[in-house]
Amino acid sequence: MTSSTGPVGLYQYDAVDREFVHERVEQFRGQVERRLAGDLTEDEFKPLRLMNGLYLQLHAYMLRIAVPYGVLSSTQMRRLAHIGRVHDKGYGHFTTRQNLQFNWIKLAETPDILGELADVNMHAIQTSGNCIRNVTTDQFCGAAADEVIDPRVYAEILRQWSTNHPEFSFLPRKFKIAISGSPADRAAVKVHDIGLLAKRNAEDEVGFEVWVGGGLGRSPFVAKKARDWVPEADGLAYLEAILRVYNQFGRRDNMYKARIKILVHELGIEKFLTHVDAEFARIRGPKFALDPELVAAIQARFAPPPLADLPGHCPEFEAAKASDPAFARWVATNTVAHKAPGYICATLSLKPIGGIPGDATSEQMEAVADLADRYSFGEIRVAHEQNLVLAHVRKDALHALWTELKAHDLATPNIGLVSDIIACPGLDYCALANARAIPIAQGISERFADLDRQLAIGDLSINISGCINACGHHHVANIGILGVDKKGVEFYQITVGGNAGIDAAIGDIVGPALPAEEVPAAIEALVNVYLHYRKDGERFIDTLGRIGIQPFKETLYAAAA
Amino acid sequence: MSTKAITANRLRDGSVVWYGKDGLWVDTVDRAAVYEAGAIDGALALAKQGLLDQIVVDVYAIDVKLSEGRPVPLRYREWLRANGPSVRTDLGKQASALAYAF
Repeated sequence: MTSSTGPVGLYQYDAVDREFVHERVEQFRGQVERRLAGDLTEDEFKPLRLMNGLYLQLHAYMLRIAVPYGVLSSTQMRRLAHIGRVHDKGYGHFTTRQNLQFNWIKLAETPDILGELADVNMHAIQTSGNCIRNVTTDQFCGAAADEVIDPRVYAEILRQWSTNHPEFSFLPRKFKIAISGSPADRAAVKVHDIGLLAKRNAEDEVGFEVWVGGGLGRSPFVAKKARDWVPEADGLAYLEAILRVYNQFGRRDNMYKARIKILVHELGIEKFLTHVDAEFARIRGPKFALDPELVAAIQARFAPPPLADLPGHCPEFEAAKASDPAFARWVATNTVAHKAPGYICATLSLKPIGGIPGDATSEQMEAVADLADRYSFGEIRVAHEQNLVLAHVRKDALHALWTELKAHDLATPNIGLVSDIIACPGLDYCALANARAIPIAQGISERFADLDRQLAIGDLSINISGCINACGHHHVANIGILGVDKKGVEFYQITVGGNAGIDAAIGDIVGPALPAEEVPAAIEALVNVYLHYRKDGERFIDTLGRIGIQPFKETLYAAAA
Repeated sequence: MSTKAITANRLRDGSVVWYGKDGLWVDTVDRAAVYEAGAIDGALALAKQGLLDQIVVDVYAIDVKLSEGRPVPLRYREWLRANGPSVRTDLGKQASALAYAF
């Protein structure tokens, strides 16, 4: 990938970017050598390896690789496949933060791995530590028909602003920013430390609606609105002000109370914003103003796809749907409208029935890279729901793509349905987890294996976390499942009513936690309550909102009553 | 008081290891040395020499039971470390019969 001729949709690194990433690799190589030689203790080394995405997990080291705003080139995907095959065990895990994790990494090989990543402009920076983490966004950015602003440009500006930011590299706790440029909010912005909704005002100027203090984990909060409108030019100044207030007042004495959500909650949003506004007023000006020329320069570094001039109606596409019901069903669940006539966005499910959510083999990664080259300008996206996306597919080529996806087990027609389950690695891999998440996902997926039944149930999100840190985003699922440890035995607490979208909500606990073997049946019982009560067109979340939690609670615990 | 063993991760590759009878770190839990409550503190102190020698990280004691004379972890977390992911039985210790001291 070069600055002049790279794949579309990706920020093109220049010499400064490349030098920075390669320098970081050599720094880490020296640190690893000193660690292995005994010149650094583990206490001294741990923060250094974490700043390079390297964790020590249950079975081995885990390397979390950044996929900035979830966008990958086919070249980068092939490199991930190669690393998986050579340095890991032939597969990787796409995460709820649009990153990729390898689970079986050797410390001594990590500098070489990071070097191989740097060669394709990738790294593991800002995937750990108490810094501003990898910025996340909508997986359909730059393509979706409902998009108002392409959030990639601002996500990249935030990346450049935050990487090695001297004030914000040792925050009280980690800090996550999400940005969406669509009113649909597919980036869950309201459950991030800062959430940005990019939009246009009546004068067609770009600005941001800013939300602050959202987050999941031990103390879940939906963010509070900080400002309805921050002009583009003031965006960085306003975020700088928020981060400075957090850095000054955020608690460092108790890691469980150190996130900005706790500060916002304890101060109250009004008092918090008083501090922010004062700092914003103080620093607002040329130094922090986002120069339109800089924005234009960043935009220019995102090569636009050379989309063909096509009619909106595609007879081949319509004929394929009419003649092939399985294709039509996949189109109904796994595609969304593209902003350009004749194109469509396709989601590749990493949730085969009974599979491990988010896992992809090296062979699948290579297949996706090849398909991206042939069908989507060599560009791939990672969705925070742990699926992959080819964002710019010609409608007249979609049936051919789908046919090839089936051969690689990437065409399960379940996006947004009951088996499109988000699950963290859980106790099978994670050193923090209290209970396994993946087997619960597999059990539910298998219980609802009938795709016709899934389609009849309709939109329903199920998210599973193996501990209260909530990497599986269980709080914001329509049905959330949290693994807990009760005297050494895995139990699962169920919540209902969560929502990760523009109407973000934290789910309510239905009742006492259940043993693992009862969970799939319990989920089925909740779904059956919904089907019993639902009116035409109602989603699970709508019916729950109308009838309340009590019928679900009564059904779930009837046997125990 | 329960029977104990001592575990850690190997520094170079992160692999799960246990403190063996001859003071070497071993790759399978069935070769781990076991200690009664009164002996674990002393054994831990010896095992932690592995930290200073850059052999292991994160040394700690676990509860085990003896099955046919061999230690088996009591807690499920430690059972997973001793065997591998329950969802990928082709990976981890369970996929290999390797057992050697180093």
